[in-house]
This record gives sequence, structure tokens and C-alpha cells, in this order.
Amino acid sequence: MSDASKQTSWSKPAAMAIPKGGFFKDKVEQGRYGTIFPKTPACYGFSILAKVIPGREERFYEYARNIEQAVAAQPDCLAVLKLHYLRWVLFPIKGDTYFMYQGIFDTDFDKYTEDAVNLFAATGLRTVFENLEGFPPDWQTNAPAFVKFVREHQCPSFLEYGEYPYVSAEEIKKALRLKAAFSDMLDQMQ
Amino acid sequence: MLEFDDIQHILLMRVPALTGRYEFLSFRNATGGRTWLSAIREKVQSAAEVRASVEQEKRWVTVAFTWNGLRALGVDEASMATFPEEFRQGMVARAEMLGDTGANHPDKWVGGLASPSLHAIVILFAGDEAERERCVTEHNKFIAQCRDVEVLSSLDLAAVPPFIYAHDHFGYRDRLSQPVIEGSGEVPTPGSGAPLKPGEFILGYPDEAGPPANLPQPEILSRNGSYMAYRRLQEHVGRFREFLRQNADTPEEQELLAAKLMGRWRSGAPLVLSPTKDDPMLAVDPQRNNDFNYKEMDPQGYAVPLGSHARRMNPRDTAANMNRRRMIRRGATYGPYLPEDAPEDGVERGIAAFVICASLIRQFEFAQNVWANDRNFHELGNERDPVIGNQDGTLEFKIPKRPIRKKITGLPAFTTVRGGAYFFLPGIKALRYLATLGDVR
Repeated sequence: MSDASKQTSWSKPAAMAIPKGGFFKDKVEQGRYGTIFPKTPACYGFSILAKVIPGREERFYEYARNIEQAVAAQPDCLAVLKLHYLRWVLFPIKGDTYFMYQGIFDTDFDKYTEDAVNLFAATGLRTVFENLEGFPPDWQTNAPAFVKFVREHQCPSFLEYGEYPYVSAEEIKKALRLKAAFSDMLDQMQ
Repeated sequence: MLEFDDIQHILLMRVPALTGRYEFLSFRNATGGRTWLSAIREKVQSAAEVRASVEQEKRWVTVAFTWNGLRALGVDEASMATFPEEFRQGMVARAEMLGDTGANHPDKWVGGLASPSLHAIVILFAGDEAERERCVTEHNKFIAQCRDVEVLSSLDLAAVPPFIYAHDHFGYRDRLSQPVIEGSGEVPTPGSGAPLKPGEFILGYPDEAGPPANLPQPEILSRNGSYMAYRRLQEHVGRFREFLRQNADTPEEQELLAAKLMGRWRSGAPLVLSPTKDDPMLAVDPQRNNDFNYKEMDPQGYAVPLGSHARRMNPRDTAANMNRRRMIRRGATYGPYLPEDAPEDGVERGIAAFVICASLIRQFEFAQNVWANDRNFHELGNERDPVIGNQDGTLEFKIPKRPIRKKITGLPAFTTVRGGAYFFLPGIKALRYLATLGDVR
């Protein structure tokens, strides 16, 4: 399906079953750092799962407060990631703490990898990843090592659903701006 | 402080050449390759040499190697493994990601450029035709003595008339927006941003993220070196002119359409500063011709369409971390000029250019993969770069306009990739190191 036809199908909810491994073998797209996980009705996304270094849990809560403040101070600080939503989750498995970082966004992660690395350094997102087992210590100067960690810890979805499939965050914001503009226009007509 | 005497001149300088030639070489064995390199390296000028002599010189020589070429010269495997993955793989292996599919696929490339036996390029820029001929004859004579060096192909360069300013076969003025390297002594023109850390372009120096890291080893091989992505891009001049005629009624409207595709008038005047009519005086004024941005001055793209070539290749203040994405462009046009009133003659003509950067994956490949070929760049939905993107006739080009935008569907391919390769551009000392690899140390 072309991007153009996807854009016209926002009114028709859609689900997509994804093969084991996360790729459709007959249409695997190559990115600069490897194969790209497919776009689904729920846009692009990742679910990165990794084990927390024992005893470091408290740093995650501290980090949450930092990110809250960072976004409040500079609301567009994560704009480069072209996000819809991010979710951070801690959960236990057999007495150990694991971390899940799940994002839904409008561009495949491969495209803006270096920008993401830069953002990690600039906003303090680093503080959480550096507390995960196996995270490369030289990640700031070694984008390929960073990408390798992310790919090794990515758990691809096997099913994704979109109530308004393939619509980008920018399109949603445009629609809301348009609604506000119409509302303002109607006010002016009173 | 930049080591001007150890950096090949192409990295830091443009020379006043009107002609030239690229030769693509293969080494049958390491000794043969090193014998050739030992002699040719005497002709390769550093930036310091060219600075001192540019007024007198009439020829300028550059030498660079593919990863296979470095191996063919006898660089050991441990050292070969320290080069970045994308350079080790080479441009052919990266084709799909670069958009080199369909008509641009390496299977269709010419001159042996897609072959793993492509080992080296020697770039000759010459002041005039006579000097080019003299150098070519001299090099041919020398190659004839080197039994173990084969010329896979060559490409003669030629400036497009009128010669008073650099432009391509479509008529667009070139060389208007180039990054300036800190310590090079150059002063950025207004709008060009602050000088960039040398490590963005030259290995061994701090870059915009900090001290140098992960450099190829040994240091003598990588220091003052860089990477060059070569692109031989055929320009379909007849098709381009026909497109302008079919999509615009008057010569003035055709000129405007050409400007919309590029983001600048063919004179070089930026559309942001002169959106409705050409301004040749603005085009040639370096104090003004690069002094604009997009986010504040043209956020909707009413002057410069969001998908135009210049807005993709240098999004200025509308992209993150621009300082880590800049590239140095060098190169020339090739093939005969097609006079304005002449029909398409089927002869190949185009641009044979080099993108020079310290990281192919972060700079050149990003520009190619995301800026040129991401169909959804700037939410455009179904567009690629109208000049260098992979066009298969199914994509469109949108020109924002009040009250209603203009949408051109079924955009044809104005260019075709006819060849390409990744080269490592060693410093002057590294050339000597490579030439003497087999010697007892």
C-alpha cells in the first residue's frame, strides 16, 4: 500500500498480524543500520526490554521526575523522535527487575538514530539506559553499538491495531489546529 | 591547528579547473599497486601546496582507495577490520538503502564501478584542455609500464558553458552553500552558520560531539584522511526541459518551476529572499545569497517547496543536529553541453561528484536515505527529491501556493545514477605509508 493510499484510509480501523521475528519476509526494507521493522496501522514503534542492574531501581523514579521537568521546560525537546507516545514500565521476573521502553512514532527508528543518540545525551534519557545490563559504555561516540543494543533488546509485536490507522502525529496536530481555527472563525462571525 | 601539509587539497579547497579526468583503477597485486602509488603520490598536492601555488599551477591530482583497494595494497586484516562497516561493505552493497534501485541499480552502472575489483580513483583537475591532454598522456605512459595496474574506465570532465560561473547541465548555479571548517582560515558568509569542527570532515580531529573516536588503525593511515562518496549522475536535459514546457506556459513560469524544484533560481538567487522573480545580483552577492532560513522565513514552503532539492539537502533550521549532517561537495560536470534549442541527442551528460565527510553512514547515507529518498520527509506523503531522488514516475511534487497548492503527479526522473563508490581519501603521510607497506620497516 502506498503512503498516499494509507493517508486516505484513516477512517477505517485496521489490524495487522505480524510474522514471527517481526518482519514480512517478502518486503523487508533495509535501513542504514539493518532491516527496518514494518509500519503498521499503529505506525512505527518499538518495545525495548532489558534487565535492570540490581539495586538501581530508584534511579528510574528519579529519572521520571527529570524527564517530566525537561519536557515542561522545553516542550519540543523530544520533537526529533516524531513521537505519538512513550511508555516506561518496570516489572519483576523471578525476583529481578526488568524495564520496558515502548514507543509509537512516525518514522522508522533507523532514520534518526544519531539524533536519538544525541537526544539521549542532551535530555538525560541516558540515565535510565545506563542502568540496564549490557548497555554499551561508549554509546555516545559509537552509534552502531547503541543501535546493536536497541536491536538486540527489541521485542517486535505480533499484532498491532490502529483506530485511525497510519495517521501521523503531525496530521493529528494539523487537524486540531484546523478545528481551533474554525472555532475561532465562527467566534469572529458572531 | 589543521595539518595543511598532510591533508589532500580536495578536502579543503576548490581549484580553478575547467576540465579534468577521473581514472578508475584495479591492482592485480599489491606490489603493482604500490609501485603505481609510489610514483603518483609525488604528484598529489596537499592543501598547503595548493594554497601556495594555486595561481601558477594548472593541474591538481587526488588519489583515493576503496576498501578492496586498501586490501589489494596489502593493508593487514586487523587494520582493515577497523574501518567502519558501511565503508567495508561499499556502495554497491548499500544500494537498496541509498535508493539505487530500478534504473539506478548497480547492475546498470557503467565503467566497472560496481565491480569489487575497483580499487582506486585518481582525480585530475586541469586548468585547460591542453594541460589535461598532457597529464593524461603522461599517466597513460606510466600506466603502460605498470603491468599490474589496469584502468577499468575513465571519465572526461568538462565545464558547461558559459564558463563564467559553475553550473550543471540543467543550468543551476553550483557551489553556493558549503560548510566552513574551523581552523581552515575561511570565513563563513552570512547565513552559513559558524565554522564546524574539523572532525566532521577530517579524521583525527575533534568533531561536533567531542574528541575523535573509533578511527581506523594505525593512526598514520587514518590521520588527516576522510571518506568520499562518488556519484556519477546522468542528467536527462531534454526530459527536464520538456517537463518545464509541459508544466508551465510561459518562459517566466518555466523559470519559476525550475526554481521551485531546486529551491533557488537557476541564477543561484535563493527563492526565500526573492520568491516571485529572479534576482541575478542577489545570486552573485556572497553577503546575501546564503543568508536565509526556513523555519522563520518560509515555514509553509510558499517560497521554497518543502520537498525541493535544496530544502532537503540542507534543511537549515528545520532539522535537528544539522552540524552533524553537513558534507563537502566537490566534482564537475561531464559530457557535451546540449544547446538550449537543441533536441535531446541521447548522449550521456551529467555530474560526477564527491561527497566528502568523516562518517559515510551519518552524513552521506543519511542525506541519501532520509533527505533525498524518504517519501514522507516533512510529511509530504508521496515525494522524493525531485532532482536526485529515486523517481519511478509514480511520485509527485507539491508546490505550496495560496489559495490552493499546485501538485504535479507522475514526476519523471531527471537524473539516473550511472555509477558510484565509497573511497577512503588518505592524508599525504598515509599515502607514503601505503606505498611502502611491503618494505622492511
